[in-house]
Amino acid sequence: MATPVATPAPAQTLDLPARFPGVLNPDTRPGYSGWILDNANLLKFATALRDELGYDYLSSVTAVDYLPEGKMEVVYHVYKTTGGAGVVFKIQVPRADPMEVPSLVSIYPGAELQEREAWDLFGIKFTGHPDLRRILMWEGFAGHPMRKDWHEPYFEEEAKPLKSRWPDGRMIMAESKNLFGDNISYPDGFNPESQTFDPEKALYEALRSYQKDEVGLDTDHIIVNMGPQHPSTHGVFRVAVVLDGEKIVNLKPVMGYLHRNHEKIGERNTFIMNMPYTDRLDYLSSMSNNFGYALAVEKLMNVKPTERAEYIRVMMAEMTRIASHLMAIGALLNDLGAYFTPMLYALEERELLLDIFEAVSGSRMMCNYFRFGGVARDLPEGTLQKIKGLFFERLPRKIEEIDRFLSENEIIRSRGIGQGVLTAEDAIKYSAAGPLLRASGIPYDVRRAEPYSIYDRFEFDVVVRTNGDIYDRLMVRFDEIRQSIRIVQQAVKQLPNGPVMALKPMYQVRVPPGEAYGRVEGPKGELGFYVISNGKPTPWRYHVRAPSFINLTAFGPICIGQKLADVVAVLGSIDIVLGEVDR
Amino acid sequence: MESNELNSPDYEIPPELQAQVAITSLDKIYNWGRSASVWPLMFGLACCAIEMICAAASRFDIARFGMEIMRPSPRQSDLMIISGTVTKKMIPIIVRLYNQMPEPKYVLAMGACASGGGPFKEGYNVVSGVDKFIPVDVYVPGCPPTPQALLNGLMKIQEKIKGESIKTARWYQKGPDMAEIPVPMLGPDLIDPRKITLIQNGKKN
Repeated sequence: MATPVATPAPAQTLDLPARFPGVLNPDTRPGYSGWILDNANLLKFATALRDELGYDYLSSVTAVDYLPEGKMEVVYHVYKTTGGAGVVFKIQVPRADPMEVPSLVSIYPGAELQEREAWDLFGIKFTGHPDLRRILMWEGFAGHPMRKDWHEPYFEEEAKPLKSRWPDGRMIMAESKNLFGDNISYPDGFNPESQTFDPEKALYEALRSYQKDEVGLDTDHIIVNMGPQHPSTHGVFRVAVVLDGEKIVNLKPVMGYLHRNHEKIGERNTFIMNMPYTDRLDYLSSMSNNFGYALAVEKLMNVKPTERAEYIRVMMAEMTRIASHLMAIGALLNDLGAYFTPMLYALEERELLLDIFEAVSGSRMMCNYFRFGGVARDLPEGTLQKIKGLFFERLPRKIEEIDRFLSENEIIRSRGIGQGVLTAEDAIKYSAAGPLLRASGIPYDVRRAEPYSIYDRFEFDVVVRTNGDIYDRLMVRFDEIRQSIRIVQQAVKQLPNGPVMALKPMYQVRVPPGEAYGRVEGPKGELGFYVISNGKPTPWRYHVRAPSFINLTAFGPICIGQKLADVVAVLGSIDIVLGEVDR
Repeated sequence: MESNELNSPDYEIPPELQAQVAITSLDKIYNWGRSASVWPLMFGLACCAIEMICAAASRFDIARFGMEIMRPSPRQSDLMIISGTVTKKMIPIIVRLYNQMPEPKYVLAMGACASGGGPFKEGYNVVSGVDKFIPVDVYVPGCPPTPQALLNGLMKIQEKIKGESIKTARWYQKGPDMAEIPVPMLGPDLIDPRKITLIQNGKKN
């Protein structure tokens, strides 16, 4: 058995109230933690937290609508990039329009997109935000859909199981209840012919707000839209750029084209019903998503999975990481112009991993394999043998082969080295996560920084590269695949026998009231689930801290000053999955 | 094409020419060519797009059906694979892409979401099936459908193509079928131009 390796420095007992007298009130609701503070003290507190106490990494910003208490809450999770536990602080505002909270973008620029999302879905105005527009829905959409009193057109009941389905079992089509027979509803007295509103106007105004370079020739700047239908945007992602010749002077990512309302649906679903939905967030790494959600709900339920289940979970999560990184490598090479050939090599290995997923869960991509307290079923006969064959024989050899073909290639080196650089300071500033952060020289990996599950039992290195360019991001993925192979090899050797479920199988789990933030190191970066239970069968709040989404905060700053052709390469090296960006 | 798949009209072919000459109908040869060179639009929406990529890769190899040439431009493609959830924000673009495709064009709704909204149907930003806006030829069930299921759906498209006739084909006729589909607009909610009178008369529900 491997000796447990270096665990992070023990969490210092921070006496925050003594440091900030009169500012912080402890959150005393049962099951809650963290600190509640006032609007007026937020900026001062956050600045001190970052500069004096070293909490430099803003992981998540989200809002919660406490409709019965008549207030909204903004929740911040901050961490140190050197590891350890984080600090949670909250702002409460009365639930009346307009709700105003100071923006943290000036202190943690990584809050930019997340605050825009909270504005879009909850209608909380962040004063001082440089570009507060809607992000997932379009400008002009009626209402803020995540508010508890906002109902979707197909609304039936606040919580599932719907009475029309169970126990009566007389299913009615949702369309038949809607006035228009469709998934639409309008404000009173709306006349489409009198509408003169342009949903794109705000975007173009934001694009034009940049500092014009006074030096040199005064040339015309043009706006180019890439996507949402574009072969290199990895899905329905849109980039709007302002060009000076070939050079990018301003860039705005435009998203929401795959906004599937995970959070709204998730708050109607019961806890266990959300598990298959998490598969469809980052659809290349469903097992990791399961992992994060299971961790968050297990924290609330105070359940510990069985030993065998823990090992199976780690094995599956690492296999997912390999499958996702293979896809990322193939897709990046597609973007660099090596049309489909490297992708074929990568997909060949990915198929073998998908075979294992299919054997254990029954599905190639949407595994829905984790349960609270374990996994859905044990490894079927012969699967372990297959995993051994793959991880001790084939994969290590094949990864070296793909690496040999690619990493010394002239085109990859000249298009990757020194291009699309994200410095270490910027990476932390913009809350970048995963390979994007580690390629910039920050050895921050949740598996090591705040070990979850049984990651403290394995020997592996946190991969880090120092240049922060496109080439380093590619190389980090290769190295991470090697480390994941190491972890799976150790897990296979140590795999104990025993049950795979700690709880009795049940249709509905009982979750005590409280809040929990479960975070895992997904293939794209830190994946967090913020779940609030009020003791009912459905979560009161279900929020996903999506690494692809937050990594896009750094996308604009990386690209400005680069050539247009590099946008595609930078986007490929960040490796986004639209299911997770838009949720 | 095997000679036994050809029409066998009653024209007598001299035995010495039977290796070189075959007689068939124009429809048959035309549809044979078309069905073996369907170029899909390179257009991925969501999860199903990944299975579409897998279908194009070496294990499943879509090239066996003459469909490996995915074109990123709608002007060059014959088949639109709706591979994923159609959202209200995306549907204007999908309709515009469909309008830009030249006839003859086919649409395959891949997976539960594209066929009817799927697991996300109740979402406020989700269109309950792409067939609310554009005509669909083949529906492939699954969430996501495996590459084998997609290949089966593509073979159904081929069957459909083989059953068509130049004389009666819609895209050689004049008439309302050729008209473009009105592009939906984004307002307080999605606005379908075909439903404007309904919206004007409707009250808030």
